[in-house]
Amino acid sequence: MTITEKILAAHAGRTAVEPGEFIIARPDMVMGNDLSTAGAIGVLKQMGATKVFDPEKVVIVFDHVVPAKDIQAADLLKGVRQWVREQGIRNFFDEGRHGIAHIILPEQGLALPGDLIIGGDSHSCTYGAVGAFSTGVGHTDLAGVLALGEIWLKVPASIKFTYHGTLGPWIMGKDLILATIGKIGIDGALYQAMEFSGPALATLGMSERLTMCNMAIEAGGKSGIVTPDEVTLSYVRERATRPWTVYQSDPDARYVAEYDFEITGMRPQVAKPFSPDNVVPVDEVAGTPLDQVFIGSCTNAKLEDLRIAARILRGKKAHAGTRLIVIPASTWIWNQALKEGLLEIFAEAGAAVSTPTCGACFGGHTGVLGAGEVCLSTSNRNFVGRMGHPTAQSYLANPAVAAASAIKGCIAAPEEVP
Amino acid sequence: MIRGRVWKFGDDVNTDVIMPGKYLAMRNPEQIAPYIMEGIDPEFGRKAKPGDIIVAGKNFGCGSSRETAPGGLKAFGIGAVIAPTFARIFLRNAVNIGLPVLECPAAAGIREGDLVAVDVASGRITDETTGAIYHAAPFPPFLQELIAAGGLVNYARKRLGLA
Repeated sequence: MTITEKILAAHAGRTAVEPGEFIIARPDMVMGNDLSTAGAIGVLKQMGATKVFDPEKVVIVFDHVVPAKDIQAADLLKGVRQWVREQGIRNFFDEGRHGIAHIILPEQGLALPGDLIIGGDSHSCTYGAVGAFSTGVGHTDLAGVLALGEIWLKVPASIKFTYHGTLGPWIMGKDLILATIGKIGIDGALYQAMEFSGPALATLGMSERLTMCNMAIEAGGKSGIVTPDEVTLSYVRERATRPWTVYQSDPDARYVAEYDFEITGMRPQVAKPFSPDNVVPVDEVAGTPLDQVFIGSCTNAKLEDLRIAARILRGKKAHAGTRLIVIPASTWIWNQALKEGLLEIFAEAGAAVSTPTCGACFGGHTGVLGAGEVCLSTSNRNFVGRMGHPTAQSYLANPAVAAASAIKGCIAAPEEVP
Repeated sequence: MIRGRVWKFGDDVNTDVIMPGKYLAMRNPEQIAPYIMEGIDPEFGRKAKPGDIIVAGKNFGCGSSRETAPGGLKAFGIGAVIAPTFARIFLRNAVNIGLPVLECPAAAGIREGDLVAVDVASGRITDETTGAIYHAAPFPPFLQELIAAGGLVNYARKRLGLA
């Protein structure tokens, strides 16, 4: 069996499962964000469920409209706060402790190897980076799993992605996953689990692995996963407060497809408007003028991402015609970035630095694009209207490309900034 | 039996265009219903009528898990969505809330404006304008049970012993 099949079997009380089978599985952790929890609360009422199945296995994180972007959001957040108190949920990340859920869960040791995690957000596939099975659902499913402590799942077939070679300078997990999505397409892994492996992947730290699993959904994947190794375990040991289980795929595990990527010599990758699979080397779009550069989101606003952006931006200014917005992914990251002097580097470069939020990435607030504006973003989606007006355009890239592009005022490869 | 006029859309219609992010904090489906498909066609909410049917290309509903996308379509009164494949979160959400979705690659032959009748239970799709008949892939028994229960709310009520 694959690592994914083993985790699903263990959570369905089975010794084995086959791709295509329907199972009822019991999760170790269920995540709701501000929006999906608000939706789920209404559905729970319709279901007649008054209590969540286990408050210790629930984590609620405010990320989409926090700090409250308007009165409607303020009332929504107020309602969720009250419900969290009533339910006795201790894993609650309200303003001041908050951050983007997909970064908070691994950072706080709430996503562990071998876990089955269900999250009320499509990027819940991120937690696969620690060797968990995790997938996103809508708010009705979220309500179902909160009420019942179980969820139906179709066991996905797995696709194996093997990365060979050596990462060049400024090449990050973002480039590997963009290249992967560019190759297989936006539905290339539809309904399937994406298993990332190989000698090059083994050299990546947790930050890069989180970015790769985060964007599994952009290939239609149900989940992304990396088999735990020493990198994973040293990350997890510092954070875990409960036991975990390491699973790995058997040598004779079955895959519906296998892809090999040679990454030696790879150029930074950029997804052009209007799809994350519209991927080209940065050189093909270099020189494209930019109104805004956004360094943020659950994909690329971790401490390592900010360090790389700061290395390029140190002592430099964003171009006069280009707005630079930097939004660290969590409160802990924000504080670390402050202590390390990264926020100062961004501020001196002329960036607007905000507290954690998903706002700009989904076109909600804190960096919405106007008609015809062009943005380069470290986020994960660039569909029509994603970041604002339907005629606005977003290019997706890694934080080094973003920092260099902010300085140049147009899309630029990192080495173009001395 | 669902019967309505067809609107056609291409491949990979994502939830950002079905229901843009600016409407995410609106909780009431009736409130967001007029804005469905705004990212592709801002006039859609005025042109389409309750009961109309969407026939789209592969991977319908990809991207964000926002339930305002299928929720908005259902609240508007879209009778059914027919596509060769659906993105998995959209498919789950649609089944959970009772928006009829049918997987049928051959239905690409249906033209915009055709009058189409859909029998959700059997998966039979009749293009009354051309006379062509298509058969959608039947859902696996487990999903049929969920659909027959009337979606996840009723299913959960049963599991909780409340219905």
